[in-house]
Amino acid sequence: MRVKFRVNGDPVAVDIEPRLHLADCLREVLHLTGTKKGCNRGECGTCTIHLDGRRVNGCLVLAITADGKKIETIEGLANGDQLHPMQMAFIDHDAFQCGYCTPGQIMSAVACVAEGHTGSNAEIREWMSGNICRCSAYPQIVAAVNAVAKRNA
Amino acid sequence: MKNFSYARPTSIHQTIELAATSDAMILAGGTELLNWTRIGIVEPSKLVDITRVAGLEGIEQLPNGMVRIGALTKLNDVALHPLIRKSYPVLSTSILKAASAQIRNLATIGGNPLQRVRCPYFRADEPTPCNKRIPRSGCAALHGLNEKHAIFGWTEDCVAVQPSDPAAALTALDAVLVTQSKQGERRIPATTFHTLPSEDPTAHSVLQHGELISSIELGEAVPKSAYLKIRERESYEYATVSAAVALEMDGPVIRRARIALGSVAMRPWRLVETERRLAGLHSDSPEIISAVKAGFADARPLLMNRYKIRLAQNTTVRAIEMAVQA
Repeated sequence: MRVKFRVNGDPVAVDIEPRLHLADCLREVLHLTGTKKGCNRGECGTCTIHLDGRRVNGCLVLAITADGKKIETIEGLANGDQLHPMQMAFIDHDAFQCGYCTPGQIMSAVACVAEGHTGSNAEIREWMSGNICRCSAYPQIVAAVNAVAKRNA
Repeated sequence: MKNFSYARPTSIHQTIELAATSDAMILAGGTELLNWTRIGIVEPSKLVDITRVAGLEGIEQLPNGMVRIGALTKLNDVALHPLIRKSYPVLSTSILKAASAQIRNLATIGGNPLQRVRCPYFRADEPTPCNKRIPRSGCAALHGLNEKHAIFGWTEDCVAVQPSDPAAALTALDAVLVTQSKQGERRIPATTFHTLPSEDPTAHSVLQHGELISSIELGEAVPKSAYLKIRERESYEYATVSAAVALEMDGPVIRRARIALGSVAMRPWRLVETERRLAGLHSDSPEIISAVKAGFADARPLLMNRYKIRLAQNTTVRAIEMAVQA
């Protein structure tokens, strides 16, 4: 079936089977491999993207249901060579080790700040709990989110 | 995964026509259904995507003081709505303690009570005896790994628990699930929505094939209400046990109490005897503990979950204290 949506601002049209998940559509059809797949069942958060401005797990959405919607991925965050403040904060705070969960962490973190769920470290931890980091960089991730939230305040 | 056809109705009428086809399934948030298709729990031939059906989303206060929540309202939007936070804190908290921020942006309040059991034998990748997965195949959990399983209302045919946090809150609030189907409208009390194994070990709820949950209705405001969820990690984990408590108070005296426990049975378990004994007690009366214990007279542990009885009692006592202070 023919489906149209916008990815990182660009209009896209794809011919896909109904069973194709959005995370797979981004990676395999559109070759945007910044979005990672971990558990493929909504448990790890590494496939987190923004759908119509809200963070969701790309593995829990059928691509066909995104017809007409706006999708943002990690590839769309930077402005040319200028990294997004959250990307910079992750570097500054050493908020990753192996890096596999990082695209999802950053997409989730950007949304977490926009939602205003950054009143305390405990609140950040709660609202970032859908992103698992098996290197356990959690203290640095919280510090990065906190830094961006404070800068925006 | 088997492929399926896809339909996107825009009205309730179209939806119930399409959903009545055999092997058709309704798709809302998708956070459960897509995983069922991955594991092989269901193999629908057609998905009916209701997310663009008009009139199924939003929260409104009715003239009689009741509140109607459209079934497609996202979990985060229900939990963070000022009216729900203020008037039904038990529901708001139960939602915010469920799943993750991302999943709550997809999952809907109508879909959430339809989640199926988290029993590892039900969700196994390899065939395992499970009457909910394959009727009459038995129950591997009865003599297997059952530390998280039921302490109320189980039979030898199924010892699993309904894991939904919001369902426990809705049960304590005596919410009503309104459904639409070719047979017309039905109003199903949350207290009897989920199916006990003694009624049908293969079923999860009384919802019929082709029947659509269109809204959930809440009674009068219950600001003195609270939800306490106990689990093995602080966030993003299913409950070991949970307690939803809704109180009506006359000053310091409990006039009426409604208590539903989550993750202890195949439906949120109302502590009827406890509720009866709490009525008229002072909120700091030592008799509250014996009233809670009285609600557990028919609790029966399995081989590995005797701890859940004590844990659920303590959770209930604490949740009552939280509701008093709400």
